[in-house]
Amino acid sequence: MDEKQTALQPKRSGLAGLQANLKENLGLIIGFFALCILLSATTRSFLTWNNFFNILRQMSNNMYLACGMTLVIILGGIDLSVGSIIAVSGCLCAGFISFLGMPSFLAVILSMLAGIAIGVFDGLVVSTSTIPAFIVTLATMNIGRGIARVYTDSKTISVDDAFFNSIGTAYVGAIPIQVIYVVVIVAVTALILNRTQLGRHIYAVGGNLQAAKFSGINTKRVTFFVYVFSSVMASFAGIVLASRLFSGQPTAGEGDEMDAIAAVVLGGTSMAGGSGKISGTIMGVLIIGVLNNGMNLVGISSSWQYIVKGIVIMIAVYIDFFKKQNVK
Amino acid sequence: MSTLLRMKNIQKSFSGVKALSNAQFELREGEVHALIGENGAGKSTLIKILGGIYQKDGGEIYIEDKKVEINGIGSARAYGISIIHQELMLLPQMTVAENIFLGREDKKHGILQKKAMLAKTEALLRRFSLNIDPAGKVGALSIAQQQIIEIVRAISFGAKIIVMDEPTSSLSDKEVHFLFQAIERLKREHVGIIYISHRLSELAIADRVTVMRDGAYIATFETKKTTRAELITKMVGRELTSYYERNHTPADEVLLEVRHYSDGERVKDASFSLHKGEVLGFAGLIGAERSELMECIFGLSKKKQGDLLLKGKKMCFRDVGDAMANGVALIPEDRKVQGLYFQQDVSFNMTIEVLRSFLRMGTYKSDIEKNIVREYVEKMSIKISSPKQLVSNLSGGNQQKVLIGRWIATRPDILILDEPTRGVDVGAKAEIYHIINELAAKGIAIIMVSSELPEILGMSDRVVVMSDGYSVGELDSADATQEKIMAMATTEM
Repeated sequence: MDEKQTALQPKRSGLAGLQANLKENLGLIIGFFALCILLSATTRSFLTWNNFFNILRQMSNNMYLACGMTLVIILGGIDLSVGSIIAVSGCLCAGFISFLGMPSFLAVILSMLAGIAIGVFDGLVVSTSTIPAFIVTLATMNIGRGIARVYTDSKTISVDDAFFNSIGTAYVGAIPIQVIYVVVIVAVTALILNRTQLGRHIYAVGGNLQAAKFSGINTKRVTFFVYVFSSVMASFAGIVLASRLFSGQPTAGEGDEMDAIAAVVLGGTSMAGGSGKISGTIMGVLIIGVLNNGMNLVGISSSWQYIVKGIVIMIAVYIDFFKKQNVK
Repeated sequence: MSTLLRMKNIQKSFSGVKALSNAQFELREGEVHALIGENGAGKSTLIKILGGIYQKDGGEIYIEDKKVEINGIGSARAYGISIIHQELMLLPQMTVAENIFLGREDKKHGILQKKAMLAKTEALLRRFSLNIDPAGKVGALSIAQQQIIEIVRAISFGAKIIVMDEPTSSLSDKEVHFLFQAIERLKREHVGIIYISHRLSELAIADRVTVMRDGAYIATFETKKTTRAELITKMVGRELTSYYERNHTPADEVLLEVRHYSDGERVKDASFSLHKGEVLGFAGLIGAERSELMECIFGLSKKKQGDLLLKGKKMCFRDVGDAMANGVALIPEDRKVQGLYFQQDVSFNMTIEVLRSFLRMGTYKSDIEKNIVREYVEKMSIKISSPKQLVSNLSGGNQQKVLIGRWIATRPDILILDEPTRGVDVGAKAEIYHIINELAAKGIAIIMVSSELPEILGMSDRVVVMSDGYSVGELDSADATQEKIMAMATTEM
């Protein structure tokens, strides 16, 4: 019984909290900087403003998903449907604008609602039945992908609309609008987790479902919220992506759920539920983002990129595992 | 009787923290020797060294007067040492015979000799006069029977020294008797038994008792020649003059009245009334459905029939939130499964019910949170290194106090405690009794469900007895005796 072990999630605010955060994620931060140094030594185009904004743009998609996924995994669940939701919201929006001539503002809202409907379904089934989240979201992942393909007849739908196309490509001064989206979404997610009762309830339900019931927490409502939140993130990501691509593509988002899960796990959130921090997820998204970007710049073939990414994830999880063992 | 085991001057440290300093233990053939002490006294560390799970840093171990080195679990087993843990290590989906031979199956050229193993199992079971089918699934047996199977498994390994860690914690009185019969049989076969338990009332089964405190050996007594008070004093290191505490006066005002409550399944018909400032004990055998009644009252399960009157008004709590809003708090039976969040720290666990006071729509007043934690850590005398300490690292007693502190922080009018001192050492028990008494003195109405009759008798102003889902009787503390309670608790309904 080592009475000196301290909590995995120190919840201090202010400067002390920042210090604690840095210490927690030290391994990841070191790894991240090491990766950056390695890449800037290997290729000249890495350390440029242009590339910096590239990275931010590319990883913003994963950041939206990973924020939602963080809540889901802390809850002890998983959401495999987010990649398909990206396709659903993106394709429907493109189709509403291009085929139905809908005003883009309305199209965005309706197509996002469609994506959120999938999250509502996920949330309802997972919270009220004993069917594992893995199975439920696996099913909706397939159904969602199917909906996108059926609606688009497996073809790309181009969009030529000033408002819509600016959603993902606009600039606020010199800053790409996606950076602002990322900051806002990360802030909102952190707010929910750290500064609301709901946030604590998510940790409680994920940590010990029975105890949460005895604590008077409405576990069904908490579960429902988390899956809906995840689908809101994914629907938003789908709109932004379609906007950037100037089209709705039925293959959009394929495999994105895996990158999101990888980022969350890399960031130290346990798949067993009950613990995890948004700061870790941020680091996870950054590392995967830089890794993807770096591998492209260096010219590693996409097949090898899969292998490299998998190995990086394994190493990171292993290091985290060791860290936790040593604290004991 | 020869000396089966002698452990001398055992030392053990973990990362510089001394867990055992000069621990010793001696066991004779055919003896039941109890090992008692508070949580953190070093009992389980000593036993784990004996079982080969830990390696000692210093000291000597002699088995049958021969010095031995126990290098691992296999080595311990080879010396005839077997530990039966609190959490049973059986596979419920496999048969009795498969479980008994798990890990050392009879094989001929790699093929399992199932018939031979079944026959051997049957012979073993007959030795213990057990009417259990060796081909039946272990999961279908009662907990008491499963425990006997663990004992039989140990014997089949040729165990001469069996350690039983809190063997009666999940057994009913009838089943305890069953276990004790098995122990008597083991004694006759010259097996030595080390019996670890927090329940001092059970120590009659032991021939001798050894007390440990703070990692050191304190004393050994012959059970017949010592008293409970003497043992407690040695365990705690100071005189515990009042173990139970009851000096408050219940008011006449009836706070809660429950009439003919039923949840349609397990709680059949229960009625009682609860006064302000009263400690109402709930006694009964396992299966009396006391916890189920409390969960129904608290809104965790739906009531099918009956009325509940809170301060004279008819009510029915839709859910736990509703019950809490009306000033009721419930501290559940099993803190591991129903109470604590083990990935979280003391602070999280203590404030989870009062988040509203410092977490509102995006603002987080960490000072208020810190004050709440500080206030209740002090009130409950919880020993922690910091509020950030993980509850999984606390002793059972401190864990229980965290759970109690969590619910007291909601300032309830009615506090329901389900087995408040289960798995809690003597020192912490006394502190919890003190807290219960203080709360009652402040006017809080307390329901205490307990399977420890001395606790019920020592702490309650009145006792309600339940049997098989029915409330069968009520006793005033002046009239209550163990015999009367048992008589009511065993009423066939």
